[in-house]
Amino acid sequence: MNIIHLTLKIWRQTGPESKGSFKTYESGPITTAMSFLEMLDVLNERLILSGEEPVAFDHDCREGICGMCGSVINGTPHGPEKKTTLCQLHMRHFKDGDTLVIEPFRSRAFKLVKDLIVDRSPFDAIIAEGGYVSVNTGGTPDANAIPIPTFTAEQALDAAECIGCGACVAACPNGSAMLFVGAKISHLALLPQGQPERSKRALAMVKKMDELGFGNCGNEKYCEKACPKGISISNIARLNREFMKAAFCSVEE
Amino acid sequence: MQLDHRIPSGPLTEKWDRFRFETKLINPANKRKFEIIVVGAGLAGASASATLGELGYNVKTFCIQDSPRRGHSIAAQGGINAAKNCQNDGDSIWRLFYDTIKGGDFRAREANVYRLAQISNQIIDQCVAQGVPFAREYGGLLANRSFGGAQVSRTFYARGQTGQQLLLGAYSAMMRQVKTGKVTLHPRSEMMDLVVINGQARGIVTRNLITGAIDSHAADAVVLATGGYGNAYYLSTNAMASNVTATWRAYKRGAAFANPCFVQIHPTCIPVHGTYQSKLTLMSESLRNDGRVWVPTRSGDKRPPTEIPEAERDYYLEKKYPSFGNLVPRDVASRNAKEQCDQGKGVGDTGLAVYLDFADAINRLGEAAIRQKYGNLFDMYEKITGQDPVKEPMTIYPAVHYTMGGLWVDYHLMSTVPGLFVLGEANFSDHGANRLGASALMQGLADGYFVLPATISSHFAKSALVPITTSHPAFTEAIDTTKGRIQRLLSINGKRTPDDFHRELGLLLWDHCGMARNEAGLKLALDRLSELREKFWHNLKVTGSGADLNQTLERAGRVADFIEFAEVMILDALSRQESCGCHFREESQTAEHEAKRIDDTYSHVSAWQYQGEDQTPTLHKEPLVFENIQLSQRSYK
Ligand SMILES: Cc1cc2nc3c(=O)[nH]c(=O)nc-3n(C[C@H](O)[C@H](O)[C@H](O)COP(=O)(O)OP(=O)(O)OC[C@H]3O[C@@H](n4cnc5c(N)ncnc54)[C@H](O)[C@@H]3O)c2cc1C
Ligand code: SF4
Ligand code: FES
Repeated sequence: MNIIHLTLKIWRQTGPESKGSFKTYESGPITTAMSFLEMLDVLNERLILSGEEPVAFDHDCREGICGMCGSVINGTPHGPEKKTTLCQLHMRHFKDGDTLVIEPFRSRAFKLVKDLIVDRSPFDAIIAEGGYVSVNTGGTPDANAIPIPTFTAEQALDAAECIGCGACVAACPNGSAMLFVGAKISHLALLPQGQPERSKRALAMVKKMDELGFGNCGNEKYCEKACPKGISISNIARLNREFMKAAFCSVEE
Repeated sequence: MQLDHRIPSGPLTEKWDRFRFETKLINPANKRKFEIIVVGAGLAGASASATLGELGYNVKTFCIQDSPRRGHSIAAQGGINAAKNCQNDGDSIWRLFYDTIKGGDFRAREANVYRLAQISNQIIDQCVAQGVPFAREYGGLLANRSFGGAQVSRTFYARGQTGQQLLLGAYSAMMRQVKTGKVTLHPRSEMMDLVVINGQARGIVTRNLITGAIDSHAADAVVLATGGYGNAYYLSTNAMASNVTATWRAYKRGAAFANPCFVQIHPTCIPVHGTYQSKLTLMSESLRNDGRVWVPTRSGDKRPPTEIPEAERDYYLEKKYPSFGNLVPRDVASRNAKEQCDQGKGVGDTGLAVYLDFADAINRLGEAAIRQKYGNLFDMYEKITGQDPVKEPMTIYPAVHYTMGGLWVDYHLMSTVPGLFVLGEANFSDHGANRLGASALMQGLADGYFVLPATISSHFAKSALVPITTSHPAFTEAIDTTKGRIQRLLSINGKRTPDDFHRELGLLLWDHCGMARNEAGLKLALDRLSELREKFWHNLKVTGSGADLNQTLERAGRVADFIEFAEVMILDALSRQESCGCHFREESQTAEHEAKRIDDTYSHVSAWQYQGEDQTPTLHKEPLVFENIQLSQRSYK
């Protein structure tokens, strides 16, 4: 375990309407076994004692699964490590004397709340349009009534692993949510349970996505690179196929 | 206070059917006249909200996170149990019932646990229909894995993220109701108080975590699904926002708190690295299938593990428990690790860790086979510690993981406050003194999808509820109390942060009300606790104001509640002078130093009733009656 010192340039903004700016802090001694968020905790403890409001940031599980954390570190959402959420990024990946620029997940559709916190509720609004199978509780058939090939189940799970963190949107120059939406559409389109509402779902979720101000996919793959769960861009291709098929061939309302 | 469990009469296997048959129903057209508040959107809260919405009730759902998809349930890894007997290995509803009662060391109600086992199969059907991608066999049918405490393979899973997939299923079902308008979401809202009018739970007071606004909400019933209180120990495997606030405030409004001292400590977590550590990460206990636990025989031996010869290693679990070896239950493994470290044989920088060594398994089966089995876990370990468990043994240490205690509820899942229902980890109901792996997810979903929707209608059918609005004085009083408390926290302006106090509380509980407890230690902890409370209210520092997003203030409020709650936890541990399940009282052990249960005196649920600020709470006992199974002492020798 080593000790390093960093210079932190952190985006500070008191609220959605106020003007924000970068503020520079010295990290003080940081052990390399700490996680990135623990490094921020240490800074915040110091700020509180000095009477300054600590840096607001979202986090909860600190295990890389809830999707609550995330900031842009030196231009990269969730920082430099591949397939790693910010909470699972450890300080041993940084060098003594490094300067880190820490910003929120900026995007047209995500309003800033405070400091590093943004409003990702548009994701929930998209899911509400059709990111589900319309079955009520009870009266469902036996779980083994429809066999599902291992490969299909695994592929569906690959897509269903999305944690809804929003890094894909922050990484995209167009602020597109296609990776997030593609992951949900793929998860359900691959499974037999998702078939009855397949077309309706694609149309409704895409419509909502556009309405909420998310941009279009420019095929630059920034989202895939930023995604902590390795959600593949092939899900966007599937989303496009599903949408086209639904728009041109669907006989559903 | 009367503890009426309201268990239906009749044979165990018929109770739930009988209840549903005899219960009064609400006409579908009338359901829309009822408002229900659900606090919490983890598995229990989301599944309840979805189902209540489908049935036609008007539901308001609250959670702390920015989205209901992030509730702490999302972190569950291993799986969910059900008695489907897919493997034809002799499983049945009765066996799942028996294993759960026995696993809980005979401190849970037969009727509740039997119902849980009955419902378990329907849960899997429900989740599959929602599109939860469970693991499958090559033929396309559902796969199972084995878990501790059972000799059958009955655990359904989705890689190492079963909780995530189940929660996303429940969340999506709930979002469908949001779309229909039956469920209204209130994310980033924290429940601050319960409002009780004419003895009925009729609303809550919340704080909007973005604007700081204190709001009130009236309803015909309130459902708490706010999870467990493991974070009382500061370090635990729980998510950072997990808290006792909602249940604690309900307790202060009259809901009895049951078995608060029953806390599960998981043996295989990544050890603590330093004082700045914010949480502990669980490593699946499946690792103990191939890993061997050891420490150096000589205390204070600081050589790296590879330099310690075989003869100087103590495989203490294999030695002490020859038949179960490294696979002894969670509590036994945890206690033994602590014992070794207490003797100075702990390893790593802090001396608070033991080795979990895969070298033998790798020699026997090859590195590839071991990587295939545990690759994910090894990667996770390496990501956090920077060490490769193939090259050197893992280090592990126990950590607080799950709380069996919670608000007391009857068979209907209703607390001692009529109209207040409690689901999931927040209640005490099904796991007795110890929870088996993969049964918390089962319980949360059973409560939310199936039990509450049936029992709440019987409550509405029977109660004459007068219309109430938030202009009722009880709401004004609760709002004032909440505001006063926030003001108090903000105005102390002392010199210590909320986390600093939280760490101190955590250590105190860990040392004296953790894996092993004794009277002297518990009494000492009580004294220290009141000093800590004093210090907290005189020397706390909270920056900012109550009028916007203020995470320091949020934490301060939760820590204040943990400090108050800890007292009841310790009192409960003191009063239960037996060892049972996870609660090991050093005074109550066998000649071989194993836990000794005392059924004659302690076969009961302990339910604590609030008596006012600075008053000792009253202990009520609900006797546990076992009509269908024989009590036995656990033995793993
Ligand atoms: C790392 C880990 C792994 C686990 N693995 C397994 C496993 O494999 N199998 C298994 O069966 N169990 C497992 N468990 C246990 C299981 O995950 C939990 O017991 C269960 O998910 C709890 O669900 P819940 O719905 O009761 O509460 P939670 O999921 O904790 O949800 C609580 C909800 O309440 C809200 N809330 C809390 N307080 C307030 C408040 N004051 N105001 C408003 N909202 C509030 C939160 O925002 C959240 O939405 C695991 C636990 C951990 C920690
Ligand atoms: S697709 Fe990846 S980056 Fe986008 S929300 Fe999901 S997990 Fe996050
Ligand atoms: S805090 Fe949950 S993913 Fe990072």
